[in-house]
Amino acid sequence: MKNIITIFNREFRSYFSSPIAYIVIGLFLVLTGVFFYLLTSSFLQYSANLQWQAARMRQAVPPMNVNQMIIRPLFSNISVITLFVVPMITMRTFSDEKKSGTLELLLTSPVTTTQIVLGKFFASFSLYVIMALLTWVYPMVIIIFGNPDVPPIGVAYIGIIGMGAASIGIGLWISSMTENQIISAMGTFVILLFLWLVGWFSNFTSGAFSDFFKYLSIIEHFNDFSKGIFDTGHLMYYISLSGMTLFLAHQSIESLRWRS
Amino acid sequence: MIEINNLTKRYGDFLAVDDISFNVEKGKILGFLGPNGAGKTTTMRIITGFMPPSEGNVTISGYDVLDEPLLTKNKIGYLPETPPLYLDMTVSEYLNFAGLLKQVPNQKINAAVDNACSKVDINDVKNKVIKALSKGYKQRVGLAQAIIHDPEVLILDEPTIGLDPIQIREVRDLIKSLAGNHTIVLSTHILPEVDMTCDEVVIIKKGKIIAQDTPKNLSKKMNKSSLEEIFIDLISESGLEKK
Repeated sequence: MKNIITIFNREFRSYFSSPIAYIVIGLFLVLTGVFFYLLTSSFLQYSANLQWQAARMRQAVPPMNVNQMIIRPLFSNISVITLFVVPMITMRTFSDEKKSGTLELLLTSPVTTTQIVLGKFFASFSLYVIMALLTWVYPMVIIIFGNPDVPPIGVAYIGIIGMGAASIGIGLWISSMTENQIISAMGTFVILLFLWLVGWFSNFTSGAFSDFFKYLSIIEHFNDFSKGIFDTGHLMYYISLSGMTLFLAHQSIESLRWRS
Repeated sequence: MIEINNLTKRYGDFLAVDDISFNVEKGKILGFLGPNGAGKTTTMRIITGFMPPSEGNVTISGYDVLDEPLLTKNKIGYLPETPPLYLDMTVSEYLNFAGLLKQVPNQKINAAVDNACSKVDINDVKNKVIKALSKGYKQRVGLAQAIIHDPEVLILDEPTIGLDPIQIREVRDLIKSLAGNHTIVLSTHILPEVDMTCDEVVIIKKGKIIAQDTPKNLSKKMNKSSLEEIFIDLISESGLEKK
């Protein structure tokens, strides 16, 4: 445990001693902010229209659902943006150490590969969680000026965080296989994009295949979370994907010892 | 202290280390000589547990490096060919991290960092970012990292590379002063250095040991005045055949 904390501390601090953390978090907040602004403005426009029509028809204004019109699409957009941001968080984790030779320090120190992988995972994951939770401002604005259902917002965050854990696992695994940060980032991005698009295949197939593709899709599992539905099955998907990719990262670092 | 038995390492078809055996006694300094690509770094990486041998085994005070990796790694301080530095950390942050990684307890870490810094004389750059240091200082920070946990065994892969003559002398004195408490294996190209610091010399070529003795005995045996002549003689093809 002490070793995991040692590795975590160095890794986590290194995000903030380089511009990476600031750029990644800044970029993420700007992008999500733009989406929030667009969603809210179109919601306001739509509601103004409805009010105007209702006044003309001398009818009551039909009820509008903020959760469905702002919060749900907002979280869907956030989930897509994370696909672009996670590769930037994980690209240097192992690649940089391999290139600069510091991996030799880690691998000749009395720590296990599992401790190294876990320390790095928790560092990247913590940065991700901080970044994701900084978006609390958007739902807060809606809570202050509207009356959304609050629990679904919490469920959506659980989904965002679960999806992040799985994506970061993938990123660490890819990073452990190359000493080139660009390849690491691109590889992670392509796999995440594939896991995102694979859900579409289910539309063109049927039966078991369709279900399989749907199950594989990282976004498909997020849909229920964004609707505010908490399903442990979806959480299990994220947890098992994280576990599997961390195991693969572990194996890839171990195999380094045997091959190089 | 360090026992190396029939060590062999293959990379595919390439034989990097070919059936090497030697022992280093406690408190002694062993010089590991050989031309580039002779298998020095590979051998050192096997001793430190960075990579496993294809055949044979290495034990550190009786413990096999493959069977007891955590135990033996704790006894070893290792300076690789390129010092493993995190360039965006300050020297003290880095040594702090290295110390904790080498299981120095939290209460003792500051003392250990101070001690290592004084030993390699880098107190004046302690709060500088490693990126900004000269090559000589980087090398010394790497050395500080290797001795931070006061290991029983020191494995130094070309510790004086990139240093100026004065620094070389300082590092040489440092290494000498560390012997006794520490058992040291160092590789180098600089032959006078071996003459001055090492108790024993192992010369390897193409993965095989071609000479192993004290520097003095070697010169006597080969009837040569300097280690340099012996080395050149052994390394050139004719020298090998003569043997």
